[in-house]
Amino acid sequence: MTQDQSVLLEIKDLKIEGYSDEQWIEIVHGVDLTLHRGEVMGLIGESGAGKSTIGLAAMGFTRDGCRISNGTVLFDGMDLTTATRSERRALRGSRIAYVAQSAAASFNPAHKLIDQHTESALLHKVNTKTESQEDAVELYRRLRLPNPEEIGFRYPHQVSGGQLQRAMTAMAMSCRPDLIIFDEPTTALDVTTQIEVLAAVRDIVDQFNTAALYITHDLAVVAQMADRIKVLLKGDEVEEAETRKMLADPEEDYTKSLWAVRSFKREQKPAPPEGETPLISVKNVSASYGPVQVLDGVSFDIHRGRTVAVVGESGSGKSTTARCITGLLPPTDGEIFYDGEKLPPRYQDRKKDQLRNVQMIYQMADTALNPKKSIGEIIGRPLKFYSGLRGADLKKRVDQLLDQIELEPSLYYHRLPSELSGGQKQRVGIARALAADPSFIICDEVTSALDQLVAEGILRLLDRLQDELNLAYMFITHDLATVRSIADVVVVMKEGKVVEMGPKDVMFKPPHHEYTDLLLSSVPEMDPDWLTNLLEQRGTDNIGEAATQKKT
Amino acid sequence: MISFVIIYYAFLILACCVAAYYKYRTALLILFTLLCVSLISGLLGGADVLVNITIFVALLAAAAGLSYSFRESLIQVLPPEGAKLMRTAPLTAAFGLLVIIAYIIAAVFAPVIAPFGEAEVVGSSFAPPDDVMLLGGDQLGRDLFSRLIYGARNTVGIALLTTAIAFIVGTLAGLVAASMGGWVDQVLGRIVDTLMAIPQLIFALLLLTIVGTSVINLILVIALLYSPLIFRLARAVAGNIVVMDYIEAARLRGESTWYLITQEVLANITAPLAAEFGLRFCFVFLAISALSFLGLGIQPPTADWGSMVRENATLISFGATTPLIPAAAIALLTVAVNFVVDWMLHISSGLKE
Repeated sequence: MTQDQSVLLEIKDLKIEGYSDEQWIEIVHGVDLTLHRGEVMGLIGESGAGKSTIGLAAMGFTRDGCRISNGTVLFDGMDLTTATRSERRALRGSRIAYVAQSAAASFNPAHKLIDQHTESALLHKVNTKTESQEDAVELYRRLRLPNPEEIGFRYPHQVSGGQLQRAMTAMAMSCRPDLIIFDEPTTALDVTTQIEVLAAVRDIVDQFNTAALYITHDLAVVAQMADRIKVLLKGDEVEEAETRKMLADPEEDYTKSLWAVRSFKREQKPAPPEGETPLISVKNVSASYGPVQVLDGVSFDIHRGRTVAVVGESGSGKSTTARCITGLLPPTDGEIFYDGEKLPPRYQDRKKDQLRNVQMIYQMADTALNPKKSIGEIIGRPLKFYSGLRGADLKKRVDQLLDQIELEPSLYYHRLPSELSGGQKQRVGIARALAADPSFIICDEVTSALDQLVAEGILRLLDRLQDELNLAYMFITHDLATVRSIADVVVVMKEGKVVEMGPKDVMFKPPHHEYTDLLLSSVPEMDPDWLTNLLEQRGTDNIGEAATQKKT
Repeated sequence: MISFVIIYYAFLILACCVAAYYKYRTALLILFTLLCVSLISGLLGGADVLVNITIFVALLAAAAGLSYSFRESLIQVLPPEGAKLMRTAPLTAAFGLLVIIAYIIAAVFAPVIAPFGEAEVVGSSFAPPDDVMLLGGDQLGRDLFSRLIYGARNTVGIALLTTAIAFIVGTLAGLVAASMGGWVDQVLGRIVDTLMAIPQLIFALLLLTIVGTSVINLILVIALLYSPLIFRLARAVAGNIVVMDYIEAARLRGESTWYLITQEVLANITAPLAAEFGLRFCFVFLAISALSFLGLGIQPPTADWGSMVRENATLISFGATTPLIPAAAIALLTVAVNFVVDWMLHISSGLKE
């Protein structure tokens, strides 16, 4: 390789402060970073580690209410912290580009893709309109978007999420920047779509010798993408090393704990005795939102004390099944039985006891807890409502529940949800479900909004509670690592139908249904060669949506 | 006079220089604008204009100083939480609070403060101000100052009661519509549309002509006319809350609609409702004054600012400021309430400087 490998970006002793409660608080404590041309650096860490803040600082930008208080950001010899506003503006879009997490939220829905694509090239006077349109088509082709000549003339809502994310990467390339900052570009995507974006990003970086900062919290993804990895914790650098070395032999304890996260695995429980009445039995359920049918003859059973994991891509009907079981969406056809007894389709018609037995834990703990109520009130309400506890009895039971979810009662009883971290909120959500003394809990993507270490803690907690209280779980998730660690039975859904179902040990061994196979093989692994091997095996035209369609 | 003009300009120029030297950008801009305005108006209107400008600026400075000392003393007196809140208050909000408190004191202690009775004839009609009648007499020779103080009690009290009723009715209906949805929402929504389709003042005049003018009728009619606006606001903000997961959790628990709206939703929409309350209070207040001016509001001899303006309106042609004083009382309260409302909106929106 004769490509230029000089230093492109050099960040020295960067400190960033955020303004809150009428004072400046340091959120990044002196981070150094050196990036060469053509190099991809992965920034990983939990939320609040300062990954995105550093990523933006690399463009000389800070969010509102933040400021760079110390250090230098040298981009190709120019200090961005002291550069004027117009100097920095001249760089952005043309020499430094940014790819955001949610392409759907970053594209303007009122304009065609190609018009937004050519915008920065025209603004920086790199190309004429026709030239940059031709260039856009060329980039779309390289990123293997379907119909490259035509796709640019669609509006953002007319293409799928994965295609949109690739179009955004193409847009970032429109001026052939020296540096691209990818801020969690695949976090919001399904595993099968994620691959096509990963492959596209890697291609483009290779072809144009572009340097990149790749920000993510997913270790397996960063292992595929980055040449070097930098681990961050609460605004401090933990360590930095070349990818293979970092994966094989991390030095710091924190990094080791991150690497070990996926180690939690529970033994599969034995199958329930033949002829036992299932706790929840979904029989031939079909449902629709208006004229659109979303569930088509779904049937499965959930037994006492067992965990059934329902997996599938977004839009496959996982959450809709949960809404049918809770009675929020009455099915158009089919029945749901609780312990052999038919449940009325609408929740309004169900008895208090039937409602009590089926509880739910939500994905977004932020919206699942009333921000104006204290933790004590939130957990106490189901107790008051179902068992009529009052006064000292109520307080005692709430304290017990707080103990069960490993939160110190005296500290947390009077707090508001806004004073808790994401993982703690999720624990309160669990306690509220437990307060009803249910026998069945639906967990709707309960760990997907959490950091991996925190998510593991939640999984361990749920597992312990299952053993103690003999609970049955329906675990809705798109994360197969979660399934591997906690499920007894796996149900794979696609387009409103159950495509395959069986005990976990059988499901994770070949031969599978083709779609299950695709799902399983699309989950990134920690091996840095995984993506390369997978692409060789499947061929570049057989990934992502193309593959999904072939299996239909 | 000449020395005054010289001192005036010298002071302004000096202040500009000081501000420029110490780089107080805002202060410099304000002072320099003032200097330019003074130069032009001084050339056109002579020294008298400069005196008026000085008085005006002095009044503003006095108000600012008063608000500042009021805010700082509140910070000292209030418990920690209130003090923290007051520390974020801009001077305008402190001024608004001060004015509102003064009005409340005037309204509550009217009989003690006012030197004469509400309907007591003291002197000759349209008597000029003197030591006995601080602001002079009205068209029947009653003391204007006393009536102004009693007017605070009537006008403000009635407006407050009316706004409260409008809010209770509107909020409750809005919350029921938002959380029940379906046909309940449709029926309530169409009723509100119908009420809002008729111009407010005309509708108020019509209704008051039908049911007759009494204080209770006035309160009920205006409350009825204003509740649709609150209904729409409450329904819109509650609409964002009822789709939250914690509401779904409460529904799945089997909670009643009454529990949902009072316990889960209401607490989350108090900020916009409180801000709206302040704003709506001003409108109701002006509506009552307008009706009184037209003769269908609060009836004589009860003192009321709106009708006081009308009764003394003839004096305007003689260049007297008497009818403008009750009008100024209305304006001052409206401005004060809006200052406080702006501050509350700022807090509830969570914006930072």
